[in-house]
Amino acid sequence: MRDVAVIGVGITKFGELWDVSFREMIIEAGARAIEDAKIDGKQLDAMYVGNMSSGQFIRQEHTGALIADHAGLVPIPSTRVEGACASGGLALRQAVITVASGIHDFVVAAGIEKMTDVLSGVAMGALATAADQEWEVYVGATFPGLYALMARRHMYEFGTTEEQMAMVAVKNHQNACFNPCAQYHMKVTVDAVLNSPPVTLPLKLLDCSPITDGAACVILAPAEKARKFNDTPILITGTGQASDSISLHSRPSLTSLRATTEAAKAAYKMAGVGPDDIDLAEVHDCFTIAELMAIEDLGFCKKGEGGKVTQEGETAIGGRIPINTSGGLKGKGHPVGATGIAQAVEIVQQLRGEAGKRQVDGAEIGLAHNVGGSGGTAVVHVFKRGD
Amino acid sequence: MAVPRFWREIPSRYNLIGSRCGNCNKVMFPPRHICPHCRRIGKLEPYKLKPRGKVVSYAITHVAANGFEDQVPYVLAIVELEDGPRLTTQITDCDPAEVKIGDEVEIVFRRMGEEGEDGVLYYGYKGKLVKP
Ligand SMILES: [Zn+2]
Repeated sequence: MRDVAVIGVGITKFGELWDVSFREMIIEAGARAIEDAKIDGKQLDAMYVGNMSSGQFIRQEHTGALIADHAGLVPIPSTRVEGACASGGLALRQAVITVASGIHDFVVAAGIEKMTDVLSGVAMGALATAADQEWEVYVGATFPGLYALMARRHMYEFGTTEEQMAMVAVKNHQNACFNPCAQYHMKVTVDAVLNSPPVTLPLKLLDCSPITDGAACVILAPAEKARKFNDTPILITGTGQASDSISLHSRPSLTSLRATTEAAKAAYKMAGVGPDDIDLAEVHDCFTIAELMAIEDLGFCKKGEGGKVTQEGETAIGGRIPINTSGGLKGKGHPVGATGIAQAVEIVQQLRGEAGKRQVDGAEIGLAHNVGGSGGTAVVHVFKRGD
Repeated sequence: MAVPRFWREIPSRYNLIGSRCGNCNKVMFPPRHICPHCRRIGKLEPYKLKPRGKVVSYAITHVAANGFEDQVPYVLAIVELEDGPRLTTQITDCDPAEVKIGDEVEIVFRRMGEEGEDGVLYYGYKGKLVKP
């Protein structure tokens, strides 16, 4: 297998982009990545696109070919990858495997979701199709509902508090203020989170990530060719993916995502590192409780101590292990299929030292963690500055 | 939801029929088509579960799933049945503030929700607190 490097990244503004179409968004992210890599589009060999549900959101399937067409990249192979909210992370992993295998050299991993062309109730219903339709949604479960079940159980087993969950939102909104592409540039307080309208208690509106339009793109190359394009190529040294039962009730634990622990184990092993070696991470904070569980499952703190370490500031920029410096799904926004790629964009910018006011000093190794549904899919990547 | 899709699951939803593996004796709900532990050497047969269990976790839904708008606030829960498997269900006929982890529940038959397009009323199971 060959070593794989990221030579270019691009991302759109995240938000309610009513004036921009699906096609315009992906072209904008792609053009920025091509410009960043200083590569000629003609050199690109293949593309993977993470997209959860263009069929439900814009009534358009077959978006792999659509994007290759509108990007002027035909006839290169273009494959859409779906794993609910982990679609982007899975697309990245497919691109990594393709470059590592030697089948192609220059491969695009893109992610996109256009979610605001439908009313929010329709968008909620579309997202719920990532849960078990027959045995969860049928009885009245929603996504916030499933994560609220995890939150309640986490509170019961470990004494996690609603205040500690709120602190995730406070930190991620704070970080998003320094990220030009973030959906929100708005600080929130613990009180504001606690007093926001109930969604599914114990989760309130400000515990939940928003509905977002956005696209992101990275360009991968074999490490030995990367330096021709970029002075600071970032290596992807580990990739891991795992599956679990699609329904939450079929899993032995409600307070740990087994797909995350398994994907992390594989990614750490491949990269030859452990949690203590990671300088910063983008984790899948679709709800505040999800970030607490993720930092535990990834090994950044002991099981049950996610709330405590968050409260003590260890996950803030400047803390022991900065988490979601981009603002995360909570502050930056969560265009589901784009999220896994957007996480990679943030880690690359951080490891290059290009993250501006949210820069983590001396960051050398970063991690990205992307989850599908309530934990049926998880994918983890480890990145390293390639000096 | 299309009528045949609903009709296919009626035995499980109305009578709590799951599966039991004749090889490892594990009881499963919802029903499965292959035993995840034994795979090809497993032998699944229908198994009627005892409608009793305990609340493992619960959440109070204020923003309803589509078709459940008339029921808010409703309690969503994961219940561990006495036979072992867990299921997701609503806890019905109670003040949402009463429900606690560990509470005993009985699984009862109730109207679930309605879907306007085909006018079909959907039925299934809900949990009901067993008062000591
Ligand atoms: Zn078996």
